[in-house]
Amino acid sequence: MTTVPPPPLVKRPGPVRALNRAADERFGTQGALRRNLNKVFPDHWSFMIGEIALYSFVILVLTGIYLTLFFDPSNTEVVYDGSYVPLKGVEMSRAYASTLEISFDTRAGLVFRQIHHWAALLFVASILVHLMRVFFTGAFRKPREVNWLIGVGLFVLGILEGFAGYSLPDDLLSGTGLRIASSIAQSIPVVGTWASFLVFNGEWPGENFIPRLYVVHILLVPGILLALIGAHLGILWHQKHTDFPGPGKTEHNVVGHRVFPVFAAKSSGFFMLVFAMLALLGGLAQINPIWAFGPYDPANVSSASQPDWYIGFLDGSTRLFPPWEFRGLGHTVPAVFWPTLILPGILFTLLAVYPFIEAKVTGDKESHNLLQRPREAPTRTGLGAFAITFYLVLWISGGNDVIAKTFDISLNAMTWAGRVGAIVLPPIVFYLTRKLCIHLQERDREIAEHGIETGIIQQLPNGEFVEEHRPKLPPVPDHPRVPTDRVALPSAGDGHAKGALVRRAGRAVSGFFVEEEERQPEPTGSSSQHPEGGH
Amino acid sequence: MVLLVALAATGVLWTAFAPRGTAEDTAATNEAVRAGRALYLQGCSSCHGLQGQGGNQAPSLIGVGSAAVDFQVSTGRMPLAAPGAQAKRKDPIYSQTQIDQLAAYIDSLGGGPRKPVIDEAEWNDADLAHGGELYRANCAQCHQAAGAGAPLTYGKYAPDLSHATPTQIIEAMRTGPESMPLFGPGQVDEADAVAIAKYIRHVSEAPAAGGHGLGKYGPVPEGLLAWLVGIGGLLAVCLWIGARQKV
Repeated sequence: MTTVPPPPLVKRPGPVRALNRAADERFGTQGALRRNLNKVFPDHWSFMIGEIALYSFVILVLTGIYLTLFFDPSNTEVVYDGSYVPLKGVEMSRAYASTLEISFDTRAGLVFRQIHHWAALLFVASILVHLMRVFFTGAFRKPREVNWLIGVGLFVLGILEGFAGYSLPDDLLSGTGLRIASSIAQSIPVVGTWASFLVFNGEWPGENFIPRLYVVHILLVPGILLALIGAHLGILWHQKHTDFPGPGKTEHNVVGHRVFPVFAAKSSGFFMLVFAMLALLGGLAQINPIWAFGPYDPANVSSASQPDWYIGFLDGSTRLFPPWEFRGLGHTVPAVFWPTLILPGILFTLLAVYPFIEAKVTGDKESHNLLQRPREAPTRTGLGAFAITFYLVLWISGGNDVIAKTFDISLNAMTWAGRVGAIVLPPIVFYLTRKLCIHLQERDREIAEHGIETGIIQQLPNGEFVEEHRPKLPPVPDHPRVPTDRVALPSAGDGHAKGALVRRAGRAVSGFFVEEEERQPEPTGSSSQHPEGGH
Repeated sequence: MVLLVALAATGVLWTAFAPRGTAEDTAATNEAVRAGRALYLQGCSSCHGLQGQGGNQAPSLIGVGSAAVDFQVSTGRMPLAAPGAQAKRKDPIYSQTQIDQLAAYIDSLGGGPRKPVIDEAEWNDADLAHGGELYRANCAQCHQAAGAGAPLTYGKYAPDLSHATPTQIIEAMRTGPESMPLFGPGQVDEADAVAIAKYIRHVSEAPAAGGHGLGKYGPVPEGLLAWLVGIGGLLAVCLWIGARQKV
């Protein structure tokens, strides 16, 4: 009896590995895949704000596709015969009737509509917060000016897309908004009337405006948005992410976690949480109840008609601007031209060119991969606070009637407070913010030079009391020093103790707002450490 | 002689066509007027005058009618809590019987719109959708599309309609209180007035279809919620995720 030796054990590759091998053998993907999956992303919490916008966009596309299945973008007049009794027998456009149908007679239609609308609000809002983070940390500086420009483009397009979207249902509120938009177009000197005719295909309200708007909303603008988001992320991927200065961090490395698995897992989890927040809002809070506003009729208008929040600042500027009308040379320039076209034109232009202005003024031509804390650039931070204050005053004024009614304030007082506030408050806030930044810098320097107060009081032989200062301890690096961006770090092992979590959350916030007690004295030679060279 | 015959004939005709109120009705009305007058002298006359003739601080009540009295007193606007841009709605301090007595007294000073009586059949027949159309055409530009109310100039406002009863809504239309224009029967007939009231009651009572109604104002509270809960909550999530790993 002869014994047959057992066949040698061959470990068969798992399905993922097999797929990967198959793809590599055919397309040579292994190198690129390895390179990209090993890409390192830094960990600071404020770097996740842009992701909110990205995930909101994904949810907007998903819910939007569902809504296109039922929405009928048509101006055709019909008599409503659906299940919403208070509008039964009322004449309305197909667009409005089909939106009612989505809301009351389509399975999950209302919750999808509401999630879509909340996602739109959060999309633009998170872009704005992300923009502020980038601004106040100087992340827009060379080499990232182009991505800043793309970001500003995304912001403006996001606003346009939102406006086009909430104008589609042809309800009384959105129709009023479109009527205002047509008036704004008409207010342009010389070409106004033709511009309005071009956009609305003749006299307001026109015959086929909604189909046009629909194409803009579901094809044109989303297409451009998608392309710009691709470019935005592509450039980020190529240039690598910025990071705050810290132990082991230089202008030439990135410290953080690899795309796979840590960053990917973190981001997927975050996507789920964004989705959860939107589902929560869409499921629990009513948004844009078009049935309560009624169908659009050019003869009707509702008091307290407001646009969605991201147009609100323009509504506010219109409410505050005095009724100055200029006539001459056979043309009229109505008051509405200045606060609705000239003002946003100036604001968005300044926003777009800010990186170039700052580089010009400071003479800073260096590339920067390390971020600044807001205090390190007092003038920039002051200007940002100036802009936020101005925007906030306009924004609040956009809802001044609702605020006046809710808090029992005279509407006239609100308007005048807005007029004065828009001019007086921003310079005050600029001055105070800049001053605060400079004080914080001085405090940092003092600690670096003289050490930390110990609270130990000593009495000298001559009777004088002095407090002992101790030099700062050398910072304990949280991360080992990493030579290149290819190397991922071991993840934290002790992150589950409750106290540790709270402490580190606190530190995460304090790194942004409060003085950081463990900052190193300035290392020499790195230009990023010298804020605002030419100011 | 002719004169005598004519007078006699007039007398006979008068007895034939005189208002057919019974003695008891008249007595009850007189009783209500008397009680109303007592209430009036006590609670209203210091501003509106002993004869309802008005004064420096308050308008004349002669000819305002029982609808105006019922509206002002049953919504608690009168007696006035404090002088200001506009009388505020509050809990009424008179009972409905007392309000009716006051109304009877003011009515006795000279005509005016009568307190409307809406019978059930009329209410049930009223066309809700038509009421909505009339509401949007006539009321929404001040009271807001969903009846939430909105400010006018210098502290005056078109009030929130969610507390108004159908009777009060029609009374307001017929008497035009404060800044509100008067909508007489020539502009809005009885059936239309009831339809508008029915629509207002419907939008006030119907539950918000999509969740919490956010005060029915639309974009302003929506924006506030999106920033405070949406962005605020997600920033908290960012911090939480950021804190899960070594910073």
